[in-house]
This record gives sequence, structure tokens and C-alpha cells, in this order.
Amino acid sequence: MSQMTVIEAVRDAIRGEMRADPNIFIMGEDVAYRGGVFLATDGLVKEFGDARVMDTPLAESSLAGIALGAAVNGMRPIAEIQFADFVWPAINQVVGEAARVRYGTNGRKFAPLTVRVPYGGGVRGGLYHSQSIEVLFAHTPGLKVVAPSTPYDAKGLLISAIRDDDPVIFLEHKKTYRLVRGEVPDEPYTEPIGKADVKREGGDITVITYGLMVHYVLQAAEELARADGVNALVMDLRTLRPLDRESICAAARHTGKVLVVQEDTPAVSVSSEVLAIIAEEAFFDLDAPVMRFGPPELPAMPFSPVQEAAYMPSPEKILAAMRRLAAM
Amino acid sequence: MADSINTSKQYLPDGLGPDDLLDMYRTMVLSRTLDERVWLLNRQGKAAIAASAQGHEAAQIATVRALDPSQDHFLIYYRQFTVMLGLGTTPVELLSGFLAKEGEPMSAARQFPLHGAHPRVDLFSFSNVVATQLPHAVGVALADKMRNSTAVTTVFFGDGAASQGDTHEAMNFAGVHRLPVIFLCENNRYAISVPLHKQMPVDSVASRASAYGFPGVSIDGTDMLGVYEAVSAAAARARAGDGPTLVEVNVERLLPHTTDDDHTRYRPEDDIAGMKLRDPLEITRDMLVSRGLLTLEQDAALRSAALKTVNEATDTVDAMPYPTVDTMYDHLFAEGGAR
Repeated sequence: MSQMTVIEAVRDAIRGEMRADPNIFIMGEDVAYRGGVFLATDGLVKEFGDARVMDTPLAESSLAGIALGAAVNGMRPIAEIQFADFVWPAINQVVGEAARVRYGTNGRKFAPLTVRVPYGGGVRGGLYHSQSIEVLFAHTPGLKVVAPSTPYDAKGLLISAIRDDDPVIFLEHKKTYRLVRGEVPDEPYTEPIGKADVKREGGDITVITYGLMVHYVLQAAEELARADGVNALVMDLRTLRPLDRESICAAARHTGKVLVVQEDTPAVSVSSEVLAIIAEEAFFDLDAPVMRFGPPELPAMPFSPVQEAAYMPSPEKILAAMRRLAAM
Repeated sequence: MADSINTSKQYLPDGLGPDDLLDMYRTMVLSRTLDERVWLLNRQGKAAIAASAQGHEAAQIATVRALDPSQDHFLIYYRQFTVMLGLGTTPVELLSGFLAKEGEPMSAARQFPLHGAHPRVDLFSFSNVVATQLPHAVGVALADKMRNSTAVTTVFFGDGAASQGDTHEAMNFAGVHRLPVIFLCENNRYAISVPLHKQMPVDSVASRASAYGFPGVSIDGTDMLGVYEAVSAAAARARAGDGPTLVEVNVERLLPHTTDDDHTRYRPEDDIAGMKLRDPLEITRDMLVSRGLLTLEQDAALRSAALKTVNEATDTVDAMPYPTVDTMYDHLFAEGGAR
């Protein structure tokens, strides 16, 4: 066991898998000698060389498309998109191509491809370094979309993603990179894709969330218990596609009151789907209307610190939403 | 490249004998006959859509024959009847794609005809989004280079696809890493209706290769032997570790873009008249006759044999069932179907 940050856990997962499997390689902008702009791949070029830790031209569409081609020819590429905000040119190669390789060839070809995408805000990133883009991928049959919140989950889920025989979009919240520390086993291990995790037990209300918001919700839940004596069950989705329907419904039934918190804008989003599942399968176990909390319907958070803070969900705003739900 | 072609009547490129020439022509005739049948089946309401290889046959068969299907990779697009026949796809298999019947080998009839992956050689085509296959091909070649393989990857695309950003990105990356790729552009001068001069301000796609640090050759795509030589040279270069080549074959699109198109709406009459003079089947037949390898009687017999093959294939495929609905859910993920 070691204490690690999220970014150290990501690096640890990649290093261990690359040592074990020579078909794994990393490609992306600035991943080799720079070590990635967040240093996720820091030091890896020294151990594995620049053929396996490969700097690419600044061109996201071909980055995804070339990784896909290598994947169907027997390699297990890890493609790093520098910022989620720059993933748009790669959408066609990921959503239109990678997601359909196995289906479109009736199983003859497949693409063991991991696309790592640092995302999320609260980092003074403005409109083009703060976005949450998970819905673009989570809507797509043929993709798996993972969004861990802790170092332990980041390592276990990234190893699962790399070993998966189909494309996995691995979303890393930038603000958790160095903010969140935790115990991480030194040896490789896997956490299952498609399984949510209860991060806090509670019997009064259920809060379902993912990514950075897991930590904000946990802070709010502690305050709610301390000040109001209300105990919240906090569920971390961890995988956004496929959603863990069974655990979501069990958590909803457990308290009968559900709030979904997300950093992404709410309309047609992960919260829409989670609440649709609950409405379909657990409606008669509910004691209150379902609720959700997210930022205003704007393209992304403004650069100005005052406006960014106003846009981002915070533990205080989440606490207020939890109190509204608890009072119903 | 064109300057070095030997025009002597009996000249044969290395690796080809007289029997090979006849066999290549036979595949071209079969391709044309099958292609014509598919358009007929479309007009009968049986084939929902077809693009045509008519006019591209000589370039396609010559390209395939210059490569090694036992190790090489072929990434195709939707106009590649002759490539597929040349790589061993049967007429029944091809027709089963157009009629979307059970057992269709490339995608189990999920995809448009000619899309999916071939059961016997490494030939595949994922998409209808033109030029997406170029980065895929570069990735395939990158994997080969990482494993020190001697395989060559050939990716086919049209002049229309040459305008896509993926084409630039793929060629640039392949040039940087000197990857074993042949970029095979079938330039028929039309992106559906948009003529070449409105697609690019240069006369040839091949002229762009210099910007990516590798050779580009622009050749007559009706000249079977010329294409064979150009692709052979490109393959030798790739296998020697010298990197990519852009081979542009200038061909005619003898039919509209697809069965849903009408090219009389946009092609000038003299252009249509001119293209008919560049039918690769007639040019290749005349070449074979002039070499004494084929008589007109033998040509007629060869054509009726192709027609018989296509008639039998049509009957076979007509009688095949459609795939059952339950198979629609298969192969979404390694672990199974929809989730």
C-alpha cells in the first residue's frame, strides 16, 4: 500500500501494465519527454522508450484513428487526449468508428483501445479547459465510459480499461489529479467496469454522483449528518456506460429519496438517464420526487473566478439541495 | 514513374506472365458483369444501394496483384468490386451483401455492401465516412512497424476523400514515421457531382506527397501494367523500410456515383463521351489481343462464362434467407451483445 494522488495512481496503472504487456503503448500530444501536460506519463519514456511512449502531431482525429488502426492490428494503445475540450475532432473516429468496429464486422475485428480524457472544471480553465464531455460518449452503444473519483478506483479501473478488448473512454477529472489522495495497493488489481460503489452508507436520502462531485457530496453529507442528523447514502457511479442499474435502483429503494449531482449541465445528461432508470424500475419505492443538481445551462464555466465559482457546484450548494430533498 | 514504363508490345513487368494477364482480365470481366447485375437488381428493387467499380477495374486488379495477400492489409472503400474479387471473395459472397442476405461474410449484412471484414484475407472497411480509413491504415502499419513485420498496408480512397482532414493527418503521420503504407487514390475526378477543379487547386492528388516527405506518382489507371509496376515499386519501398508512397490512379467513373445518382445532371456531354473512350476493359482487351494472348472469340467465351457465373450466383443469393432478427444483437462487445 502507498499513499497516492489520482495522477500517481494513473501513472502507476500504466507503468505496471506496460511492464506486463509489450503490446501496450501510449500515444498523445506531449506525452513523451514532457510527460504529458499534467505529468500523467512522467518518466515513462525513460523506462519504455519513445516508440512506446509516442509524441504525436497535434491532430486529435488521427490520434484516435491511428490508435484504432493499431488496436485492430493486435496492439493495445492508450491514446491521451490532452484536454477533453480538444476531443471534438476525434469524436468521429471514436463514436463513429471505434464504437462500431466489432459490431460492424460481426465480431471479426475488435479494438482494445483506451482513450484517456482529462476533463472537468474548477481549475480556472474557462470555456475551453473546463468541459464535461461524458454524455457524448455515454450515449454511444459500443463504448464503455469510466469516470473514477479516487486513486484506488483510478488504478483499478484503468487496468480494467487497458485489459478490456473493446474501446473504453477513461475520464480523469483534472481537479482530482492532485487534490485527492488515498491508499493504493502497489501491485496491479482490477475494479470492474459497470459497477457503482457506495462511498458512504446512510438511511435517509440517496445522493448519486461521479467524478470530482463525489468528494463535494461526501463533504456535504458529513455536514448534513453533523448539523441536521440526516444520513445520506453516497453512491459513486464510477462507470457512466453501462450504468449499474441494479445498484442505482437498490440505492434509490434504500432511502426512497434520490438526488443526482453532476458537474455537467443537466439537460439530456447522465442524471437524465439515472433518473429515468429509477422512474422505470423503482418508482413505487420513492417517497419524494427525484431531484438533480448541476450547473446552469451554459456552454462551460466562465474564466472569471467569481463567475466560475457561481457556475460550479460546491459542497455548500450541494448541501442546500440535500436539505431540500431531506425536508420533503 | 510513367516515364519508365516500357511500351513495347511484348513487355511484361517482373512477376507477371501471360497467364497472369489473362487471369487479371478475367477478374475484370467478372467484376464488370457482377457490377452490371447489381445495378439491375437495384432497378428491380432487390438491391437497396450500389456504388460501381466500372471504369476502375484495371487499376484495382493490378494493385491487388502487386501485393501479397498472405501478409498484407487492405483497407477499402465502397467502390471495390475488383479488389474484393481479386482477393478471393466469391460472386455469391459479394451479391449476398447487396441483397443483405444471411451469411453475408463481411458484416452479416449489417453494413452496406463491401463493408466489414473479409473472412479469409486482411481486408476491411468500417465506415461510409470517407477518409476515416486512412488513419486506420496508418495505425495498422504502425503496429506492423512496432513488431518488425514485413507486411504492407494499402488504403484505397477516392479524390473526394482527399479533401478530408483525416487524409492530411494520416499522410503526415505516416511520413513522420516512415510507415509501410501505400495510399492508393482512385481519382475519377468527381466527388459525387463536384469536379476536380472545385475540389483542389492542383492537377493531381499525388503532387501533395512532397509535403509529407514521400513520393507521389500519378498514373493512367486504365493501364493495368503501369499500375502494377507503380504499386510493385511502392510495395518494395515500404517493405524495405523506406516509408509510404502515394499512388494516384487516374480512372473514369463510367456510371453515376451510386444507383441513387444521375450524372447527366452535372457532367457535360463531351465529358461523358470522352470517358467512354477510356473503358479499362476495352483497353485491356485490345492490349491482350495485340499481344496475341486473346482472340475476340475467346473474349466472347470468357464473357459468357462470367455471365453464367453471375446468373448462378444471382439464383443462389435470391434463394438465401435474410438474417434472423435475433442476430442483430450479437457482437457489440467481447462479452456479448447489447448492454
